[in-house]
Amino acid sequence: MSVIIILLLASISVAALFLVAFLWSVKTGQYNDEMSPPMRMLLDSVPAKENTEPSKVESN
Amino acid sequence: MQVEKFYYDNRIVKQFAFATILWGVVGMLAGLLIAVQIYLPAANFGLPFTTFGRVRPVHTNAVIFAFVGNGMFMGVYYSLQRLCKARMFNDTLSKIHFWGWQLIIVLAAVTLLAGYTSGKEYAELEWPIDILIALIWIVFGINMFGTIIKRRESHLYVAIWFFIATWITVTMLHVVNSFELPFSWLKSYSFYAGVQDALVQWWYGHNAVAFFLTTPYLGVMYYFLPKAANRPVYSYRLSIIHFWALIFLYIWAGPHHLLYTALPDWAQSLGTVFSIMLIAPSWGGMLNGLFTLRGAWDKVREDPILKFMVVAITCYGMSTFEGPMLSIKSVNAITHFTDWTIAHVHVGALGWNGFLTFGILYWIIPRIFNTPLYSKKLATNHFWIGTIGIILYVIPMYWAGFTQALMWKQFTEEGTLKFQFLETVTHIIPMYITRSIGGALYLSGVFIMVYNLIKTVKAGSLVADEAAEAPALEAHVETHSKQYWHRWIEARPIQMLLFSLVAVAIGGILELVPTFLIKSNIPTIAAVKPYTPLELQGRDIYVREGCYLCHSQMVRPFRDEVARYGEYSKAGEFVYDHPFQWGSKRTGPDLARVGGKYPNSWHFNHMQDPQSMSPGSIMPSYIWLYKNKIDTAITPAKIRAMITLGVPYPKGYDLQANADLMNQAKEIQENLKSEKLETPANAEIVALIAYLQRVGTDIKNAPKPTVAALSN
Repeated sequence: MSVIIILLLASISVAALFLVAFLWSVKTGQYNDEMSPPMRMLLDSVPAKENTEPSKVESN
Repeated sequence: MQVEKFYYDNRIVKQFAFATILWGVVGMLAGLLIAVQIYLPAANFGLPFTTFGRVRPVHTNAVIFAFVGNGMFMGVYYSLQRLCKARMFNDTLSKIHFWGWQLIIVLAAVTLLAGYTSGKEYAELEWPIDILIALIWIVFGINMFGTIIKRRESHLYVAIWFFIATWITVTMLHVVNSFELPFSWLKSYSFYAGVQDALVQWWYGHNAVAFFLTTPYLGVMYYFLPKAANRPVYSYRLSIIHFWALIFLYIWAGPHHLLYTALPDWAQSLGTVFSIMLIAPSWGGMLNGLFTLRGAWDKVREDPILKFMVVAITCYGMSTFEGPMLSIKSVNAITHFTDWTIAHVHVGALGWNGFLTFGILYWIIPRIFNTPLYSKKLATNHFWIGTIGIILYVIPMYWAGFTQALMWKQFTEEGTLKFQFLETVTHIIPMYITRSIGGALYLSGVFIMVYNLIKTVKAGSLVADEAAEAPALEAHVETHSKQYWHRWIEARPIQMLLFSLVAVAIGGILELVPTFLIKSNIPTIAAVKPYTPLELQGRDIYVREGCYLCHSQMVRPFRDEVARYGEYSKAGEFVYDHPFQWGSKRTGPDLARVGGKYPNSWHFNHMQDPQSMSPGSIMPSYIWLYKNKIDTAITPAKIRAMITLGVPYPKGYDLQANADLMNQAKEIQENLKSEKLETPANAEIVALIAYLQRVGTDIKNAPKPTVAALSN
């Protein structure tokens, strides 16, 4: 069953990568603000003047 | 702050959207064909490339990699640009990605129908295509990470994390599972053998579900659901927590596909424990999605897009509850190898992936074509027809799976098996018929969508470059000095991730694989010998025709299985199996002990006309095996490849192999002649018979330790 070692190696290295990414995201303050990101993604950054989109802005 | 003007690339989104629709229809048509073939063997048409064993991989590959794959890219290319407030990194890379992926799909379909398969479920494609997939996947990665790096929004929205995790993990899975040794331009043998191959394959297989069908679609859900409902996600914190929990747990769940097999117990338990833990993050995602609609259910009543998304998320919740349950050994003992598995995956595929894709298509197409959807009513009709289709598909399959499992395990009062295998098959044929009706309904819903979207596209015109503007991210481009250290990392985390992944993966794996694996192929059961050249050729025909898709080769240590098939399977029996052929479904009986069970003449007649030997059988005929000649020109290359993989053929055996092959073939020819069956010695059927007569017989030649062991 030596192949388990390879799978463990691969899995652990990917898990380690994710851990680094997680620590990075916490340390750089990615999660300091939980309010604005979900709101911000709702807004389209369309130029104000030439807004050709059919209006879908609703009051909420 | 400088406001920059830029343009989103909608053309690439359109291309992926159209490809999603096209391949969705193709994949589902293939699915409908094989669903009908299950109860109507004549629908195999007696042709190799229309027979179940070859069409089934086309169906699974088309639906997973072509339909969901293109759907994923459509969702990523649309949402990533907007979340990063930036056009895709490079238009040429986008084009290469799109056309490369379509080329892979076409090559996959052609080679699979022609019988070129690696014989590993969901990783059937042969080595040149595997390499192409890796290259195109890297192009996608560069394009995605490039866009993330040049983003104008410093916060990475949770959807982007899901996309990153998808890319990294799929890269690793594909590389590790695709280790194979080519012996011709289109054929190779898996580097791993037997148990090891099985473990790698299901580690890949389960994570493919996790990181190809789940994480990218969760990311896409976190973008399109709030957009479609026009309200923020219920809990952003929950989305982050469940993302990290999900990706850390998912990697370890694979062994639950191999419960009660020769895999070490601790690995099975590890798989089970992590699978059960997965309920928490999975349901975190489902609840977060459903709660996003709190107070907005009136919108769901009116909006078909939200209807599709709600059912998709609910199906996600159902299949991620079911998955952990199926990972419990006592449940798995009943459901494994039955149609329950088919029902389970179709709740995920039809419900979660399919319905989410449809919802997104109905949302994206009108936007990029700058016109309202042609008909909301048709979309609602599509929703209802599709939902009824799903119900008519999965309920009969759950029913069939449970019924068949119980029939398999039923003993009479005298202690003998109550049902022949064939009886358990004919009993569930009504369920198979109902399933195909459900599938046909689902597909007809898709046709309604195609019509609706064509009308929409014709009414509008593509906004190929959609204008947008946003302030630039605080300058970090030209400043290497005089910046805080975390700024530097912030600009380059992605490169760091990539470089370390590549370093670890290539270095570690390339070094370890050959040494470890070949050494461990030393047989643990002395009586297990390599296949003869004829049997090897026969085994490759077995793989080519996709026999493993309906027949397992793994007798589990249960009373009913030992009584029905024979001695349960041991790890040491599979050390020369490149690839392993354990299978995952018993549409037909297990074949692990088929060797020596029937005379050659039985196999000869059975493969030609299965119903003549077992009336009521649903197996198709394989008449082309009687005309096709064994490709002896390639025998030496096959033997050499096997020697490289550590199979102990004597030195120089590749030159002698064909002589041995013909001798054995003539013996079988003589034996058939004695029963008045005429065949050329070099017909493929002869090789297949040789292989089938060999399967699982080696341990019978082992020195018997005690008489007591034979009492079964």
